[in-house]
Amino acid sequence: MTKRVRSIVITGYGTNCEMETAHACRLAGSDEVDIVHINELLFGEKRLNDYHFLNLAGGFLDGDDMGSAKAGANRIIHAKVKDSGERLHDQVLRFIADGKLIFGVCNGFQLLIKLGLLPAFDGNYACQNATITYNDSGRFEDRWVYLKINRDAPCIFTKNLDGIYLPVRHGEGKVVTDSDAVLEQLHRDNHVVMQYSDKDYEEAVMEYPENPNGSVDAIAGICDKTGRIFGMMPHPEAYLHYTNHPRWTREDLPEEGMGLLIFRNAIEFIRSEIL
Amino acid sequence: MIHRIEIGFKPGIRDALGEKTRRKIIEHLGINVESVETIEIYTVEGNLTGEDAERIARGPLSDPVIQQCAINRSLAKDFTWLIEVGFRPGVTDNVGKTAREAIELFMADDLPGSVDVYTSRQYIIKGNLDRNDAEHIASGLLANDLTQHYNIVDGMDWTPDEGLQPYVPRVTIDEKPVTDEIDLNVSDEALQEISNTKVLALTVDEMKVIQEYVNDEAVLAERSNVGLGRSVTDAELECLAQTWSEHCKHKIFNSLITYEDENDKTTVIDSLFSSFIKQSTKEIRDSLGKNDWCLSVFVDNAGVIKFNDDYNLVFKVETHNSPSALDPYGGALTGIVGVNRDPFGTGKGAKLIFNTDIFCFASPFYSDPLPKRILHPRRIYEGVREGVEHGGNKSGIPTVNGCIVFDERYLGKPLVYCGTGGIMPSRILGQPTHTKEIIPGDMIVMTGGRIGKDGIHGATFSSEELHEGSPVTAVQIGDPITQKKMTDFLLMARDRGLYRAITDNGAGGLSSSVGEMATLCGGCDMDLSKAPLKYAGLKPWEILISEAQERMSLAVDPEKIDEFLALANEMDVEATVLGYFTDSGKFHVRYGEKTVAYLDMKFLHEGLPAMRLNARWTPPRHEEANFVEPDDMGQALKGMLSRLNICSKESVVRQYDHEVQGGSIVKPLVGIANDGPSDAAVIRPILESYEGVVIANGICPRYSDIDTYHMAACAIDEAVRNAIAVGGSLEQMAGIDNFCWCDPVESEKTPDGRYKLAQLVRANQALYDYTKIYGVPCISGKDSMKNDYIIGETKISIPPTLLFSVMGKIEDVRKAVTMDAKKAGDLVYVLGTTCEELGGSEWFAMQGFVGNNVPKVNGTRAKKLYHSLTLAIKAGFVASCHDCSDGGLGVALAETAFSGGLGMNIDLSSVPYEGIERDDYLLFSESQSRFVVTISRAVKERFEEIMEDNVCAHIGIVSSEETFVVKGIRGNTIIQENITELKKTWLETLNF
Repeated sequence: MTKRVRSIVITGYGTNCEMETAHACRLAGSDEVDIVHINELLFGEKRLNDYHFLNLAGGFLDGDDMGSAKAGANRIIHAKVKDSGERLHDQVLRFIADGKLIFGVCNGFQLLIKLGLLPAFDGNYACQNATITYNDSGRFEDRWVYLKINRDAPCIFTKNLDGIYLPVRHGEGKVVTDSDAVLEQLHRDNHVVMQYSDKDYEEAVMEYPENPNGSVDAIAGICDKTGRIFGMMPHPEAYLHYTNHPRWTREDLPEEGMGLLIFRNAIEFIRSEIL
Repeated sequence: MIHRIEIGFKPGIRDALGEKTRRKIIEHLGINVESVETIEIYTVEGNLTGEDAERIARGPLSDPVIQQCAINRSLAKDFTWLIEVGFRPGVTDNVGKTAREAIELFMADDLPGSVDVYTSRQYIIKGNLDRNDAEHIASGLLANDLTQHYNIVDGMDWTPDEGLQPYVPRVTIDEKPVTDEIDLNVSDEALQEISNTKVLALTVDEMKVIQEYVNDEAVLAERSNVGLGRSVTDAELECLAQTWSEHCKHKIFNSLITYEDENDKTTVIDSLFSSFIKQSTKEIRDSLGKNDWCLSVFVDNAGVIKFNDDYNLVFKVETHNSPSALDPYGGALTGIVGVNRDPFGTGKGAKLIFNTDIFCFASPFYSDPLPKRILHPRRIYEGVREGVEHGGNKSGIPTVNGCIVFDERYLGKPLVYCGTGGIMPSRILGQPTHTKEIIPGDMIVMTGGRIGKDGIHGATFSSEELHEGSPVTAVQIGDPITQKKMTDFLLMARDRGLYRAITDNGAGGLSSSVGEMATLCGGCDMDLSKAPLKYAGLKPWEILISEAQERMSLAVDPEKIDEFLALANEMDVEATVLGYFTDSGKFHVRYGEKTVAYLDMKFLHEGLPAMRLNARWTPPRHEEANFVEPDDMGQALKGMLSRLNICSKESVVRQYDHEVQGGSIVKPLVGIANDGPSDAAVIRPILESYEGVVIANGICPRYSDIDTYHMAACAIDEAVRNAIAVGGSLEQMAGIDNFCWCDPVESEKTPDGRYKLAQLVRANQALYDYTKIYGVPCISGKDSMKNDYIIGETKISIPPTLLFSVMGKIEDVRKAVTMDAKKAGDLVYVLGTTCEELGGSEWFAMQGFVGNNVPKVNGTRAKKLYHSLTLAIKAGFVASCHDCSDGGLGVALAETAFSGGLGMNIDLSSVPYEGIERDDYLLFSESQSRFVVTISRAVKERFEEIMEDNVCAHIGIVSSEETFVVKGIRGNTIIQENITELKKTWLETLNF
């Protein structure tokens, strides 16, 4: 019997993109997709270990009070799994050690950064050296953006992609690093996967609104050095079908939305490298 | 021990909120400031050491990369003024609640006892400002006195080492949970006095009905069995006042009205609601016969229609006007999360799939002195926008459509309409989902938030009754995350069949929710001492009628209760059993063993006699418009495009998430640059299917100045034609009526009550006529009847306003169309006749006239046109379609062109018109049931064939040149404008 790709989408406490994220995993070929409330993990009813692909979807964890995903990160680090003494964080670190895939979008990306799981220089997954903070405009915005993709990044999610067009929907999307040295290393070691760009995906852009939040060096997505943990602010799960495109009534577009390609890469990687 | 933890940005990190606040101070208040920085304050009360506080500050409360913290000392230095804003006692502090939970997790077993967290924010201001300026910034922008407390510190007096004393807005109430009895066997004056002092809003006649009830010997005998006598309890009186309120009982809509028309013909109307709204729906459903797709109308929190064999759609629109006037942010936030609970509490409960919001404001550029207690319209605009942003976005519900209407008369009371749609499987575990059933013995369960003094007596309070330490009761701040946690849990419980019925706790709190549920089985027995409270000191009657947010009431089968409570516990949602449902015929409420209310269900729900009111219609006459046709029509068009009611609302729309849930098909912003104004929204709620839902709105209060009959007809037509424009059809379209009126009951305060009531009658007559013609039944609705402002000599009444919202089904979303012109060479058509109907139009308003020829809807002709257009769109012949509304044909054509980034050449002499001799009238008349359509030349014959027997004319062509050219009736070129310039004018007005 062939092995089955199993994906998990975590929800609860303000996550709200779980449904379309699960749909993306299904369309991309995941054999099983479970939407799991984080408390089902904390009550020991579900275990991360049973899955290959962990999705941290968009939303407002705990209302993003005290900063985006801040209280959410606190929960993962400190909450214990019932009757085991183990923290949820331990399950996540084991998931990483097993070489499985983690994908954070928007609030999920903010969560990965604040947990220190990204960029995780030198495989240190417990040190936060970047953050994601308020847009320079001081406001939440829903707006489609062009993203230039770094082909030299080890990111398995963006394989064979040069550029992608997706919506951002956030009030806190500005990536900031702890120091210039961190920023330098992000570029040098190709942790920077995506940058806000012109519509030809050629140049990274710092100007609003092409760069919707003032992110340093127009950074929109980051991966770890294995390329198996990836976070991005724009929403690939919001563009799975051509009718999601804001100009679908006036442009000739392929049936499948560009966002789906990212999920396909993930599922194909699991099928060929992890199963 | 109290610790004051301050979190600020590290030097060199941009403070976006500070910068935004600086811009607002300059733009809203006209005060020049150099800089504003912000510091977040967490006042933590609990058994914690300084070291603990330090760990907490560096742990969950701050971001190590960009923030710094200080414990029990101040970060602020070198400033002109410091303003610290915190909440008043009892006001919902969402961040404080999250911080408390985070600290509890972080400290885990090291935490001795409990902690409380209160948040506040400091604004560190530099600039050449005096104390008056600082005071103005604090009270006019940063803090709302009703819910917030502020402290102003002069930089000259500042000693950073001393800093500020911790501000701890703890609720302290020294009250026992006692129940008072009120003797109603007193004089009429005394009865009125009781009603007034207790803010009951009951008339003497209504008080006497209660007096008679408790004096009834049979009633008295039963009451004595539970320890009550001839006096009513405060809980009973408050409960009756809630249940019999205009808000809950719709007394005006259910009254007996004697209506005289302009020819002195008298008609007696026994309930507007039954005679017009329900009657039309009934007749439509009868005519559909076994194809009737309505499932639940007018009986539940929201209306339910069929979507397909497997799913039902649910829809409701509410208003939250008075709270939004007092606290725009909290009022609007509570409005949106409140209406969310309506579809959620309908039938077995629906998953929420869209929000639609419509606001009516005075001009944000209002510059005259403000009447007492009125907030500036700009502040209302920004506050309401932000409240709906937080409520909608944080709940994960896309805001798909909406509009903003401006009229100076909304200065006294802004209107905030919030609508929400949902979807539910048509059956769950074999049971239908659109109905409710309760069996005696089922348990009464309350879930979600806790009860405080929030929302008791709504907005009727006056600020003078407030004192330090007393919770604010009038205005509430919603908590979308607590609600999201609850709805996540309840949908799980629903799918596992763990409850029998669900309803929302809104107006009237438990008295209404449990009171209404109890009608399904015939009684209840509820113990208020079991209800979870936010703080001690509430009296039983307060617990009973508190409108504290984020709560649902449920009926749970005793066999399922353990499983239900276990799941609630796992999902971190509070759920409490308050008693059980009965068939005793009694609404029985206890506090522990003591009975605090014991009322016959029949009396509670049917004891209120109908009001008798009089209406007299006298058509108003306005001065006829008298101005010359402008020489420069291009300039006139630009003037129209920049008007508040026509210009782009992009800056508001962008701040709402309109794409979450992944089913966005026709977005609010469309076209070549993603900024053209959509007519309606289309979404796909089931991602595996191409079946879609169309959502649209119609609202045109300016026409009320002439005749509310035509105002209502136009609102209905606008909603329907917006939906048709994107690809909707009349096959399966449902409506929601939402009336916001000024007080129509004749009294000393309202001497013109008969006229205002006649306006209401006429709007209802139109509602019956046009919903019937279109076959668009109302499935639910709402009314808000007292939208007046009266303080001292100043009275401001809103124009009678009907919002008509529609929700319809689209068979295949891939056939939807948008309003932007698509290709150069496409042909431009106008559908429908343009008449001299400029009464109440934007063009007349711009010239300072109202006029008298209000647009009139020819329903039969429109219906035929809509049917043909639907066929043309389904056939794929329509490249773009845009409805003509405010600003008429001229505005619709210009918007179509510039949204597509293309020019147009238009010949007005080809436009079908009647009774018009002026180009400006032809361009800007607001005749209804018209569209601008563009089509590819290749489908010309086939398109015209489908449109045969309708008014449909080819009037021009889409061009690749970026120029909008219009030839007038006489053949001369009257407009030649660059589309980029036109668009710029349209974008600028509200580009805040």
